[in-house]
Amino acid sequence: MKRIKQFGLLLFLVGLTAFIATTFTGNFSLNQKELDNFLEAQNYKNEHIKGALEKAIVTDKKLTIFQFSSRVREAYKSANNHYYQLIEKYDSEKQWDKKGAQYQYLIFGKPHSVSFNIAKKAGKGFAVNNTLLAWFFSFGLGIIGALLFIIPDVILLGKPGIKNDGIFLSSATNRGWIGWFAFVFLVTFYILLYFYPDYIVNWVFLVDPISKFISGNPASQWFLYGFLYCVVMVVMAVRMYIKYRHNKYQILRTTSVLFFQIVFAFLIPEILVRFEKPWYDFKNAFPLDYDFFFQWNLKELINSGGFGLFILVWGIILTIVIVPLMVYFFGKRWYCSWVCGCGGLAETLGDPYRQLSSKTLFSWRLERIIIHSVLIFVLVMTGFALYTFFYGADQVLGIKTQTIQDIYGFLIGAIFAGVIGTGFYPIFGNRVWCRFGCPLAAYLGFVQRFKSRFRITTNGGQCISCGNCSTYCEQGIDVRAYAQKGENIVRSSCVGCGICSAVCPRGVLKLENGPEKGRINPTEILLGNDVDLLDLMNKK
Amino acid sequence: MEHIVIIGNGISGVTAARHIRKNSDKKITIISSETPYFFSRTALMYVYMGHMKFEHTQPYENWFWEKNNIELKQAFVEKIDTKNKRIFLKNEEVFTFDKLIIATGSKPNKFGWKGQDLKGVLGMYHKQDLENLETLAPDNKACNRAVIVGGGLIGIELAEMLRSRKIPVTFLVREASFWNGVLPAQESEMINKHILDHHIDLRLSTNLREIKEDKNGRVSSVIIEETGEEIFCNVVGLTAGVTPNIDFLKDSDIEIGRGVKVNRFLETNIQDIYAIGDCAEQHEAIGKRRNIEAVWYTGRMMGEALAQTICGNKTAYKPGHWFNSAKFLDIEYQTYGWVFSERNKKDNEVYFQWKHPTENICITISFDKDTRKFLGINTFGIRMRHQIFDRWLTENKSIEHVIEYLADANFDPEFYKLHEPEIIKKFNLENKTNILYRKKSWQRIFSKV
Repeated sequence: MKRIKQFGLLLFLVGLTAFIATTFTGNFSLNQKELDNFLEAQNYKNEHIKGALEKAIVTDKKLTIFQFSSRVREAYKSANNHYYQLIEKYDSEKQWDKKGAQYQYLIFGKPHSVSFNIAKKAGKGFAVNNTLLAWFFSFGLGIIGALLFIIPDVILLGKPGIKNDGIFLSSATNRGWIGWFAFVFLVTFYILLYFYPDYIVNWVFLVDPISKFISGNPASQWFLYGFLYCVVMVVMAVRMYIKYRHNKYQILRTTSVLFFQIVFAFLIPEILVRFEKPWYDFKNAFPLDYDFFFQWNLKELINSGGFGLFILVWGIILTIVIVPLMVYFFGKRWYCSWVCGCGGLAETLGDPYRQLSSKTLFSWRLERIIIHSVLIFVLVMTGFALYTFFYGADQVLGIKTQTIQDIYGFLIGAIFAGVIGTGFYPIFGNRVWCRFGCPLAAYLGFVQRFKSRFRITTNGGQCISCGNCSTYCEQGIDVRAYAQKGENIVRSSCVGCGICSAVCPRGVLKLENGPEKGRINPTEILLGNDVDLLDLMNKK
Repeated sequence: MEHIVIIGNGISGVTAARHIRKNSDKKITIISSETPYFFSRTALMYVYMGHMKFEHTQPYENWFWEKNNIELKQAFVEKIDTKNKRIFLKNEEVFTFDKLIIATGSKPNKFGWKGQDLKGVLGMYHKQDLENLETLAPDNKACNRAVIVGGGLIGIELAEMLRSRKIPVTFLVREASFWNGVLPAQESEMINKHILDHHIDLRLSTNLREIKEDKNGRVSSVIIEETGEEIFCNVVGLTAGVTPNIDFLKDSDIEIGRGVKVNRFLETNIQDIYAIGDCAEQHEAIGKRRNIEAVWYTGRMMGEALAQTICGNKTAYKPGHWFNSAKFLDIEYQTYGWVFSERNKKDNEVYFQWKHPTENICITISFDKDTRKFLGINTFGIRMRHQIFDRWLTENKSIEHVIEYLADANFDPEFYKLHEPEIIKKFNLENKTNILYRKKSWQRIFSKV
């Protein structure tokens, strides 16, 4: 069994290495005809771009993706420069009409995204020509290796039950070098994904056939991400099933997040695209889905006829009716740890890191300030977006709506949700985003704290303050502080993952949706100690 | 300002300090030689097993004590001068107090075995034991085998700890079945089997004769009393119970028995000196409890009660209905009320028992066969709601009532299989009753008396 595990690890590492190595393979160039086709499809008005790109990338040289990207970006820059110079010139001459006419020639878009689009057409070499083989050596070996590493635990872990043996003695799960390596890898991955997609275009080639099969379109870097997300969740869910095989709550919960990720976040949106409908994830509620009320989205939905309108209405109902109602009945766990994609990744890929979340009072204070600031930010931004949509003005109080949206998209949507949110798993625990950054979690949290039937019930005097619950709380809640007082846990941040209850060696904690009355129960004297309560009250 | 000195920073002493602070602004000093800060002793095992770091066993952050104006002193108390209200520390420092709380807890029993003080022999009680174990048995290369002597809760926990690092363990238990002085046979046998399933070499009805040393003065083997068999090992765990840790009081005029003698108000024979927790011994036992209760939560309750007294609201220590819990490897155990083992139960007490055909799940309910009064319940692999059993015991409910409404008391996580219907079926069959299964009702659970 141990041998199989080691072999699995080896295969996984080979797969991972192959995956990383793939980025450096292949070469990128276009011939004249391909470039013409590309430009025709793009419909640029810029007259200089053709020449610039011809010089840059129509070549027999074997350009790596990095050389190719740099050439493409240069070409765009130089093609735009001509018009920028004209704009400046007309500006100084105060020829406003002429100045305004130049803008249509500019090519907008992030340089690396533009470069990604051409690279997608220009790729040659191993990943493009032997997609299946390359897929097998990277994804395939990674998956098989990981499963071979995970599955022997059925036997190696011994009898079903909580087995957290050695977690704090392992370099991978206690911020050792493996943890730091995973951290660097994940952060790099997210930075490439969000900001340098052209550098990972070879990875995207690997999933082209899958994308074409589902949506009929070639893959984008977001398809790659979605696919990878599902793969990682499935593999790590197998680990969850084995580790928590004695615990039905965990098994059902894992199955649920897996289902919602694969079907709702991955398959349905892609299939919608095949039917020429807008890409939409039906479970993704505003304000987590922060661009729902952006002008471009509203316009797209309205222009998509009845179905777009349905999505619009569903999105609004989801946020203002379904979400608070469900939180009232079940707590925010129905969303955060049964449905949400971010929660899904945190509960599968992130489960080995849950013990790393900080439980200090300081981090609790920080958490409340940051998460509520993000909520306020998203609400203000949405106000701006709606104002822009209805009144057509592109700015409110002198602040451009686009600027606010860009800042949010960069800081929260990309850096926080992606780079920090997932990249920091191996160092700060698996729910960094949910805990500090998610505006929806803040909104659900308000409902959960003040108007819900959900609580974690503590079992009288049985707590021995061992601290397993607090240690394994991914949300950094000091569960023990409540349990040792016999006080129900009613906290905004609790996502109801149920692990505190699972790791408790004395059966002290239970997730419950009970009557609202008596849900908040500050206790003076713990159960088991027979003081005369009336007497005590009178003396107070 | 009145100066309260507390010796010992375990759960009893710390609870007392916290509650005194809640109710007053008296000067409080806690003296302990074990650790600078309070930690949860019951969690030590999880540190060795790698489930937690030592910091995680500390329920309060380090700034908590200064913020609450509780002074912590890391020192060893050598003796007490009760007349002049002075404490002598090992470093020759002298401390004065107005009121003294002795909360020094207990220490592992040693029964005068030959070799019991050798290097490699340890209890599993103090932080120092944990550190010892970490050096003596870091893995199964440094420690080829460990022998554990004494079959209580600490013994099985130590076995679990060592097994988590794949160290072979031989477990010597004096009784014919594990913990059968406390557990009914059904449970005791189930645990025996579970211990063996975890590859622990369980030796029942086996006593230790002596511990042998190697040429470096370290443990080399143990000899078994009954067979004379020699078991080679590098570590010996002595876990045959605990005794009050009160050696430093032997020369004082504080009355001691096995522990510090206290009355119901936790007062010793000397005014302004109190004792709580594991080291306190009641003159007469409370109910069916023992005179000395080395239980985590009773220490906590004594601390709460004494804090009231010290803050001017004289309060007796009045523990309510007995309850407790433990975990035997993977099997959770809870008990409410009194279920005695076959050996210790009275004639009028009978069991109703149910056991899952395949899983390690079972219950024993003890009741009075004449009055049908419910006396207590042991559950293994099923969690129960403390509050409900506490109420049923107070209200002297009948066994039939308990069986009928058992679902109200279930505290297992959601979606777990409910066993109540099968339990009721078995009860009906055995008692020729016709009790129907009642679904859990929030209204009943939250109704007050």
